[in-house]
Amino acid sequence: MTKQVTLTIDGVQVTVPDGTLIVDAAKKAGIDIPVFCYHPKMEPAGMCRMCLVEVGRPMVDRATGEPVLDEDGSPKLQFWPKLETACTNTVSEGMAVLTQSEKAKKEQKDIIEFLLTSHPLDCPICDKGGECPLQNLTMEHGPGKSRFLFDDKLKMDKHVPLGDLIFLDRERCILCGRCVRFQDEVAGEAVLAINERGRGSEIITVSDPGFDSVFSGNTTDICPVGALTTADFRFGARPWELKAAASICGQCPVGCNVTFNTRREAKAEGKVVIKRVMPRQNEQVNETWICDKGRFAYHYAESKERLGKPLVTGKESSWDAATKLVAEKLKDAGSNAVVLASGRLANEDLFNLKSLADGLGGAAVLYTDMGGGDLVASVGVGQGTNFSDMGQGDAILVVASDLYEEAPIWWLRVKQAADRGATLIVANARETKLDKFANFVVRYANGDEVMAVQDMGGKSKIAEAFAKAQNAIVLFGSDGLGMEGSSNVAAACADLLVKTGHMGKRNNGLIGVWPKANDQGAWELGFRPEADLAATLKGKVVYIVGADPVGDTPALEGALKGADFVVVQDLFQTATAELADVVLPAQAYTERDGTFTSGERRVQRFYPAVPPLGETKADYAITTEIASELDMDLEGSSPVLVFEKLAANVKDFEGLSYVKLAEVTEQWPIVGRGDLYYGGTTYENTQGLGVQLVSAAERGETVSIPEFGKEAGLRPKEDELMAVPVTKLYDRGATVAPTELLSERIGETTIALHPDAAKKLGVEPGAKVKVSFDGVKGEAVVKIDETISAGVALIPRNMGLAIREPVAIKVN
Amino acid sequence: MTHILLRHRDIPDINKIDVYKKNGGFQVFEDAVKKMKPEEVTAIVKDSGLRGRGGAGFPTGMKWGFMDNNNWPHYVVANADESEPGTFKDRELMESNPFQFLEGVAISSYAVGANAAYVYLRGEFWEVAAFLDEKIEEMEKAGYLGEKLFGSDYSLKIYTHLGAGAYICGEETALLESLEGKRGQPRVRPPFPPSFGLYGKPTVVNNVETLTNVPLILEKGADWYKSMGTADSAGVKVFSLSGRVRKPGNYELPFGATFRELIYEHGGGILDGRPVKAIMAAGASSSLIDVDDKALDTPMDYASVRDLGADLGSASVIVIDDTISIDWVINKTIHFFKHESCGKCTPCREGNYWMQSVIERIRSDEGTPEDVELLQNVAKQMQNKCLCALGEFATMAVVTGIERFPQDFKLPVRK
Repeated sequence: MTKQVTLTIDGVQVTVPDGTLIVDAAKKAGIDIPVFCYHPKMEPAGMCRMCLVEVGRPMVDRATGEPVLDEDGSPKLQFWPKLETACTNTVSEGMAVLTQSEKAKKEQKDIIEFLLTSHPLDCPICDKGGECPLQNLTMEHGPGKSRFLFDDKLKMDKHVPLGDLIFLDRERCILCGRCVRFQDEVAGEAVLAINERGRGSEIITVSDPGFDSVFSGNTTDICPVGALTTADFRFGARPWELKAAASICGQCPVGCNVTFNTRREAKAEGKVVIKRVMPRQNEQVNETWICDKGRFAYHYAESKERLGKPLVTGKESSWDAATKLVAEKLKDAGSNAVVLASGRLANEDLFNLKSLADGLGGAAVLYTDMGGGDLVASVGVGQGTNFSDMGQGDAILVVASDLYEEAPIWWLRVKQAADRGATLIVANARETKLDKFANFVVRYANGDEVMAVQDMGGKSKIAEAFAKAQNAIVLFGSDGLGMEGSSNVAAACADLLVKTGHMGKRNNGLIGVWPKANDQGAWELGFRPEADLAATLKGKVVYIVGADPVGDTPALEGALKGADFVVVQDLFQTATAELADVVLPAQAYTERDGTFTSGERRVQRFYPAVPPLGETKADYAITTEIASELDMDLEGSSPVLVFEKLAANVKDFEGLSYVKLAEVTEQWPIVGRGDLYYGGTTYENTQGLGVQLVSAAERGETVSIPEFGKEAGLRPKEDELMAVPVTKLYDRGATVAPTELLSERIGETTIALHPDAAKKLGVEPGAKVKVSFDGVKGEAVVKIDETISAGVALIPRNMGLAIREPVAIKVN
Repeated sequence: MTHILLRHRDIPDINKIDVYKKNGGFQVFEDAVKKMKPEEVTAIVKDSGLRGRGGAGFPTGMKWGFMDNNNWPHYVVANADESEPGTFKDRELMESNPFQFLEGVAISSYAVGANAAYVYLRGEFWEVAAFLDEKIEEMEKAGYLGEKLFGSDYSLKIYTHLGAGAYICGEETALLESLEGKRGQPRVRPPFPPSFGLYGKPTVVNNVETLTNVPLILEKGADWYKSMGTADSAGVKVFSLSGRVRKPGNYELPFGATFRELIYEHGGGILDGRPVKAIMAAGASSSLIDVDDKALDTPMDYASVRDLGADLGSASVIVIDDTISIDWVINKTIHFFKHESCGKCTPCREGNYWMQSVIERIRSDEGTPEDVELLQNVAKQMQNKCLCALGEFATMAVVTGIERFPQDFKLPVRK
């Protein structure tokens, strides 16, 4: 039990753990000491001097060591004439802090006056107006007039691009240093710095390309003024015009809690549109951060290409006609029906689809190239798992995953756990951005993934560190692997966790770094992948929901043409939809309620942000309509009820409900009070922290690990170049590509070669080459990667070359 | 008087190692390493009453005693950033009596258990640094620096390091940041360098002149040192005299010598025989002393100067006569501090810029009495708020200048 300290702040008695900063103790007591440079997730800087308060400490007689007492017997307090910064001083027993005495108020007023001297009179045109700590604190603590002459104000650049996503206004910047310190301390990517000194100090970016960090958007949240703004939202709307909808980011399995800010706009023909994505606080999932993909890539939901009406053989039809036709075909198919769905869908959608498939006696196939979800279900991380609680004495193993590109916020939290002393082991066939924070980097050869994981259970120094760890989490991915390889790796990882006893409790277990937000949910609800999709679809009645197999793998066109009947339910007219007999327009998840199950097996609710488009319906509702034609009684009137049924039927979801998922408990740090402690724009979570599913291991059930192959993937053969799939954060995926702002980051199709391989082929970096493998032909731009094997080439998924697993390729 | 710091004025070529050795050089260091315990060295320095000569006047032995003995390694850093306007004593010491300075560094390193010491010089002293590098090499060749000195287990290396033109790097924690390769900006204090210094390790940061005192204190004893100077300020000081005097320069005098003595007996009096109007005893960081006979006869020691409503600081005595208007003086100091402000904290960064706007207006034909009042207010508004002393000291000349010399700030009332 940490030692507790009792002190008074403005006469209010408060007891906090020893080592708490005065400013945080005050927050806990309901007193908001004004700050600018202080941020509860960073080291105190003591720079802005806004938090100067009077601090009195009990006097102690130097000679005797006894406390000096007042006439009334209470300890005499010594207040120094100089005020002290509340952000750099920790509490001590019997301390008295005065935050609103005449002296303190004068200092606060003086500091505001200083800050406003060269601060431009931009409020009427500044995005931050309305959610600006400087505005709020000026109203609260500042002088009413300025004594500084307007003409003396320093003129600086006002539209400086720091990279293409973030703009800096130098005149507004109050040099609190939060952005620089966030990038350095929190993100571990010190791409910002302060240049020059004194009044001429300026924030610059020191990376090329500028502001090269996927966490750059967070600096606009914590900037206490309108100096840092996003290219996406700049001049978009006034914060008080915006409505807030709680939601979950749908781009990756982290499941960051977000808020969609919306506004009805004339220029959108009176429609309600999403103006921006902001983080929503969930300390167990994403703390107060989101990555730039989640922040900027939401535009696909409002793309003009969205389907609005059902199509039957390419012509607009009615829901009635379309669903009747689909039901008819499915009825005829019976066990020949295949439901092919992806992890882009919500739990409710997948549950109804599985029920439909089961009712027909058909197959529920998960559209994915990564296996192992059933193992995660049994040895997934325990309830209450929180990366923030991991540090010295714990271990984290990341296998076959480029966490920075696949799940940036996990990368951030794992990196921070390593900063706190957790043993970080990164195993991959190539260098990734997590390596430099790792205690141990295991560079295995492609094909030796399983062996590398098994070695962790052996006798090496690494194995010892892992086994001895108090808590251990393993994150596995599909970097350089396909279905078979990732399944084998998953099994090996699960085996390791069982052997070392790191499962069945919080901060222990297996996490799958899935490609999609709700892949884990799909596995939980009984969807299973099929390795040979072509065989799976041929001759069947296929109901494809939230997947575009032909778009991803053009070679599957033949298989789909060979299907009996194809129904596609999606947001866009995809390549698969082009071949469909019936196309059913679905709602984007921003237009409805639902839940996702994150890779940490946390079920979280999302709420509608905008009204549904056109005649679109929610995926679960469409399935229900079809099912009702088949005399199947699925729940479809409301997602609450679908979830109720789900919870009643799926063991690990037992006891969950929408009400339970909407529960919130107080979180620290406290965001969302009038002082905008963070710089205002991380939203308070009032609509649900979500609940983690219980795992079989947690219930004490024996976990059975299936047999797994020793070879995870292929090994490159002599004189042959083997391509392996890797993931890129910004790719041509349907949920990313429509965002024009990210087009530079998406870039061209690339192929990464070892310098020796490039030399052998006679190609230079930047050269365009022809690539062919397994029925795929295309072009790619050559990149060099010195950390891969000379027999291997890296091809990013979803970039125009349909790679699904390691495969031999020909270049040029 | 025989100099104990500016010994090159008595002993020519003392900056040559043989001459230094012939005059007793390095014997004290050798004796300390071979025969004394580190704590014993610290005790002598404590007893001598030596106080920091960089301006703060903190008791040196006490500072050494604060070193955290649970955290290793330890470091000694010599602050040779000498950038206070009107201060030029350390340069002369390093150029002309380098070995006594370096021996002081060595003895203090032994006293606090440091095996590496760094001399941080301002960037503009690249020639001095090169010269010191030569001297260090000579000491190494002669066996006074390196591994296992004098047959003991004690090793010591001294390195020089150049700054890059920032006054703020004379502030000890900004100096440490710069030495570590980071931006030279002060740290939050506490913790102080003896607990958390260079690379987070316990570090003694001492001024060049302070360290140059150490060898003779060890040689001749604490009592000898205390016999010079005053009760409150023991020993001697190198006073850097400049301004409107006939003979500006460095003068080594015991504490307690008066301003009159310094200016008239050593400095040759004022140019053209003018009367002294004001004295800035601590360089640009001074409160202006309104000079009358009482002021001139005030002994120059830390306590007595405080009674005059000023600070002796680094004893960089700038003498102002009646041909100079004080608004001209504070215009200079304001520009200096505005240029040198590191920008980390709000009051110094914004306040100095604001003061510059106002003083420029005062000195143009647009200034008003309200501007003078405003300047006074802005300066006072910066006080007691800044992260380090630069911001605080930037206000001293302004506040005292306007208060004590109102006649130089009489501006016409304008519409």
